[in-house]
Amino acid sequence: MKIHEYQAKDILRRYNIPVQAGLVATTPAEARTIAENFGKSVVVKAQVHAGGRGKAGGVKFSKTPEVAEQNAQNILGMNIKGSTVHKVLVTDAADIQKEFYLGIILDRASKTITVMGSSEGGVEIEEVAKVTPEKIIKVQADPFLGLSDYQARELAFGMGIDSAKVNGFVTITKELYRAYTENDAEILEINPLILTEQGAWLALDAKMVFEDNGMHVRHKASENLRDLGEEEPAEGEARKAGLSYVKLDGNIGCVVNGAGLAMATMDSLKLYGGEPANFLDIGGGAKSDKVAAAIRIILTDPNVKAILFNIFGGITRGDDVARGILAGLSEINTDVPIVIRLVGTNSEAGRKILEEANLKSAETLMEAAQEVVAVANERAKESK
Amino acid sequence: MSILVNKNTRLLVQGITGSEGAYHTSQMLEYGTPVVAGVTPGKGGTKAHGVPVYNTCKEAVAATRANTSIIFVRAPFAPDAIVEAVDAGISLVVCITEGIPVLDMVKVYHYVRLKGARLIGPNCPGLITPGEAKIGIMPGFIHIPGNVGVVSKSGTLTYEVVNALTLKGYGQTTAVGIGGDPIIGTSFIDVLELFQNDPATEKIVMLGEIGGNAEILAAEYVKEHVTKPVVGFIAGQTAPPGKRMGHAGAIISGGEGTAAEKIAAFKKYGIQVADSPAQIADII
Repeated sequence: MKIHEYQAKDILRRYNIPVQAGLVATTPAEARTIAENFGKSVVVKAQVHAGGRGKAGGVKFSKTPEVAEQNAQNILGMNIKGSTVHKVLVTDAADIQKEFYLGIILDRASKTITVMGSSEGGVEIEEVAKVTPEKIIKVQADPFLGLSDYQARELAFGMGIDSAKVNGFVTITKELYRAYTENDAEILEINPLILTEQGAWLALDAKMVFEDNGMHVRHKASENLRDLGEEEPAEGEARKAGLSYVKLDGNIGCVVNGAGLAMATMDSLKLYGGEPANFLDIGGGAKSDKVAAAIRIILTDPNVKAILFNIFGGITRGDDVARGILAGLSEINTDVPIVIRLVGTNSEAGRKILEEANLKSAETLMEAAQEVVAVANERAKESK
Repeated sequence: MSILVNKNTRLLVQGITGSEGAYHTSQMLEYGTPVVAGVTPGKGGTKAHGVPVYNTCKEAVAATRANTSIIFVRAPFAPDAIVEAVDAGISLVVCITEGIPVLDMVKVYHYVRLKGARLIGPNCPGLITPGEAKIGIMPGFIHIPGNVGVVSKSGTLTYEVVNALTLKGYGQTTAVGIGGDPIIGTSFIDVLELFQNDPATEKIVMLGEIGGNAEILAAEYVKEHVTKPVVGFIAGQTAPPGKRMGHAGAIISGGEGTAAEKIAAFKKYGIQVADSPAQIADII
């Protein structure tokens, strides 16, 4: 789960990582009041999850409260990479002497928490990695000991940080690591981490992504930090129903058990000339209520011309799925055609239930995919 | 022959009295898997499906010489269950549980390796040597014994492919689901090495998906070390970047981990790539 800069900075503050004073405004007038109270130049920053806010014009230096109000006026409502700006962060302006990058990620290859630093701060780290990878210094925290002081020093010297500033950097890095592990983060990044003209360390921006499993198990309260405005409404509804759903641009809805098979099902639709409207995994052990919720969620997308069910029973029992499909359909009045493919555990019982309700089930994924593509194309023609 | 599990496996079920644990224990027994013990703390001395239940793994191993365990314990307690199994001397731990915090797995992964044990999963369907032992939640009846080794990140996608293989008469030595989490105990490469060294395995099927670079490393490994023919499939060609596709590990991030780059690596290193799961059986 991604959170906003201002929320991530609140977390950094709890770990005594220096961040500027700042308050969130949802109207230009609020932005002006905050700027007046600061009594000096401020920066107005769009609070959206998308990167590249600066380039999009979502970050503006504001010398006076009037300018802050005007900038907030321009930024609020702006669309940055598909996200609408509903909040701005009004924060102290800082005099930058030098910018650095400091970030923590999970490295899947080494199976370690990896801390990265670079002298190239304030630019996208992916760019640095491509153009000048030698400018990214990495250390891998020991799984049992965590991040050692010497590793943070290795980063500091590798990044060319002045000797007098190394201890301060080490403290920030170790606290950032503690914030990462204690909050079950997936990504925690300060970019840029700056030295001010006065020689003080300051986290000018912060990005944090919670690791979903860790959040679910240990940090349920962090759910309050979720910005529902940043997600597709149907995706939020699916999450509440315990379903994994991603909206796509096509017109064939998919309900599949298992993530890998769901992706392969989408790929098969494409192979036979169709376009998937979504990814949806009803998960292991999915019961009637989940299947019914899945149909409801898919039908919130007006583009959907047909739905394909592809259920291969393992944990999920075919008779449960069949009952779920019937229960879901009985709740929803829809004429969207449905093609069902049901195989595996208890699938014969499931198919029998479907047949008794006059629903047909295809034998193979290929047949089912071809049939649903044909049906969807027909529907799409009719509606034109 | 086969890899990892066979009729001599002595299986311990952790979480045997929970609903999933109980259901799948009955399924595994029905398949003929030698389930020798179960563990549920506080339920020691009872029986589940005729299998003796113990309070701890240590007791279970001492009493039954169990050598393999399967875990159905809920996510908050599963990391502890893995460590308990390893400390009790279990050499192969199969963790079915989905939703384990990734940072827990960082520690557990390295702990299991340090102790010289092997972990499969988490968030996996388990593994099966057809006709001998089913250590997992897959439907047993779609598998038949044969000479094809199957390794996959996915559960149901594996069933799909195995089913297609079986219908065409291609049996399997062992089918291994390694799991879809960012950190898993056993990688594609680990299983490829086992299949390469297993005389009964003549062909290998490898099923990958978007996210991470494990498939690319595996393809490089195939080029260097695998002499048996390998057929591959990568799920998620239609997946958008930045979106997690169900599996915790299935996400294209920073433009990396796409299906296209993995398919390109497969082709570059001599792995035949199928366009659809069903096509795998045709190529084999």
